[in-house]
Amino acid sequence: MSVAEVPVARAVVRGASRGARVREIIFPASLMLCIAFAMLTLVVLLLDVAVDGLPVLSWNFLTSFPSQVFPERSGIQSALVGTLLLMVVCAVFIVPVGTASAIYLEEYADGNRWWNRLIEVNIQNLAAVPSIVYGILGLAFLVRGPLELGRVVLAGALTLGLLVLPVVIIVGREAIRAVPNSIREGSMALGATLWQTIWKQILPGALPGIATGIILALSRAIGETAPLIVVGAAAFARFNPNDLTSDPFSALPIQILAWIQDPQEEFRTLAAGAILVLLILLLFMNAGAIYLRNRYEQKW
Amino acid sequence: MRQVTERPESSSEPRAAESAAGAQKPPAAEPADGRVMGPGTAPAVEGVKAPAAAPDSKPVFAVERLTVSYAGRPAVREVSFGIEERRITALIGASGCGKSTFIRTLNRMNDLIPSASVEGSVRYHGQDLYAPDVDPVQVRKRIGMVFQKPNPFPKSIYDNVAFGPRVLGMKGEMDEMVERALRRGALWDEVKDRLKQNAFGMSGGQQQRLCIARALATDPDVILMDEPASALDPISTGRIEDLMFELKDRVSIVIVTHNMQQAARVSDMTAFFTVVVDDTGHRHGEVVEYDETEKVFTNPADERTEAYVTGRVG
Repeated sequence: MSVAEVPVARAVVRGASRGARVREIIFPASLMLCIAFAMLTLVVLLLDVAVDGLPVLSWNFLTSFPSQVFPERSGIQSALVGTLLLMVVCAVFIVPVGTASAIYLEEYADGNRWWNRLIEVNIQNLAAVPSIVYGILGLAFLVRGPLELGRVVLAGALTLGLLVLPVVIIVGREAIRAVPNSIREGSMALGATLWQTIWKQILPGALPGIATGIILALSRAIGETAPLIVVGAAAFARFNPNDLTSDPFSALPIQILAWIQDPQEEFRTLAAGAILVLLILLLFMNAGAIYLRNRYEQKW
Repeated sequence: MRQVTERPESSSEPRAAESAAGAQKPPAAEPADGRVMGPGTAPAVEGVKAPAAAPDSKPVFAVERLTVSYAGRPAVREVSFGIEERRITALIGASGCGKSTFIRTLNRMNDLIPSASVEGSVRYHGQDLYAPDVDPVQVRKRIGMVFQKPNPFPKSIYDNVAFGPRVLGMKGEMDEMVERALRRGALWDEVKDRLKQNAFGMSGGQQQRLCIARALATDPDVILMDEPASALDPISTGRIEDLMFELKDRVSIVIVTHNMQQAARVSDMTAFFTVVVDDTGHRHGEVVEYDETEKVFTNPADERTEAYVTGRVG
């Protein structure tokens, strides 16, 4: 490089770096602003709920049945039990069905066949269908209609299950696809059948991912309100559902909604308490999902 | 050069004549000059696709006009030759000439690729591997495979080796089977104190020997190796080659390799594949020459073979 060129080159470098420096500051700053806005909204919401709800929280609140007359004696036992039962039955439904569907689509289905492609596209679409539509489906086919289950836990859980099944299948497929092909080949080359390969190599490798997907799906199901309203969950259940297939049931979101709509200020405060309980449940589930992912995720 | 490492006790028994002959073969020096072994040591065989079976060896595979296509387009065409028992057969040739495709037809691994189709016949001890009543899973029980990249399962060393015997429901003491396989895989002394540790913690060379031991655990008749040492350093490569010598008194080995020296060092027979462009401009692989390794490397019948083994092409 000749001597004369040096200052020119420096000027160019300096000019570029000034513009770049400004952009370097503006861009992350605007990103921060977006995060701050989202976080601020969340924090305000949580604080508002916590201020209202924390005084309500007590053992009595958790163990009492809701009352329409005495807010001070009112609690969420039936709603909490209802929600837990819904989650358990929902999990029993979606774990095998979702995992099996994911295995079929990844390992057995020939992607060139039109019906398999149709199934794939439909699962993607179903994941985006509004939850109220699933509620109507549940009402028409599970509560009434062909199955005639009635307004029971089983009907509610199956409705929620159908709602989150697409998510379980999609996440499950991702997890199965993440198991490298070399593992499949290694297993098959040893004389293992496809079924043995799936059962002993692919599923264990995909399990953390599948489990994470299931927990996240349940976290979505636990907060769903609309489908449960349509399916006919009770707003003020004075007893727990003893039977999954015959007793009416309530759930936390339903209870919250009922209290929020109450004209009496005292009942609306109870809603904040129930929201806190629901949030804590959610937090635990998501923490569980993160733990599973970090602890057991297979690095290939 | 091949690494000289200590051989385990198993190799001390007297060898059958043909394997001793193979083991005594001097490690071929530089194939670049291609003439180290002296000309004309092997019987002259006229040109392409001549199954040059040594009199003391039986064919384990008889391949007849084999064409393998992916989605209707041939990847390798009209391959015919016999692979002999208890010998090491090397498949050499430039990338894309169908060596891997070919080796994967020998244990029906191509069945896992939905678009693959096979014409012609592959006879294994006289039995057509592609007959309608043949179960590919049964085929793979007898014919093991080792892949280019070591692919241990994300399990303990022990469970990796035990996987084959377990899925096949083999009878016997599992600890013994695992130890025997690891000894035959020349890995026992290195891992005997950490059998319960995850196989992912091993070095690449150890992982590949584990994959070989894993294949040996089911007591196969043939082991197919698809570039088993291409991801390994020279020392690990030497260990694998030593291992192949030790194994060949009990199993037949077919190895795909891009490493000319390796083919010259380890193999008894060599098949040279090349890429041919047909009238429509489509490229596929064909076998140009199949003969004793010495012959292929010192006095090849086809000039394309000579160009390749001397390093002028590819």
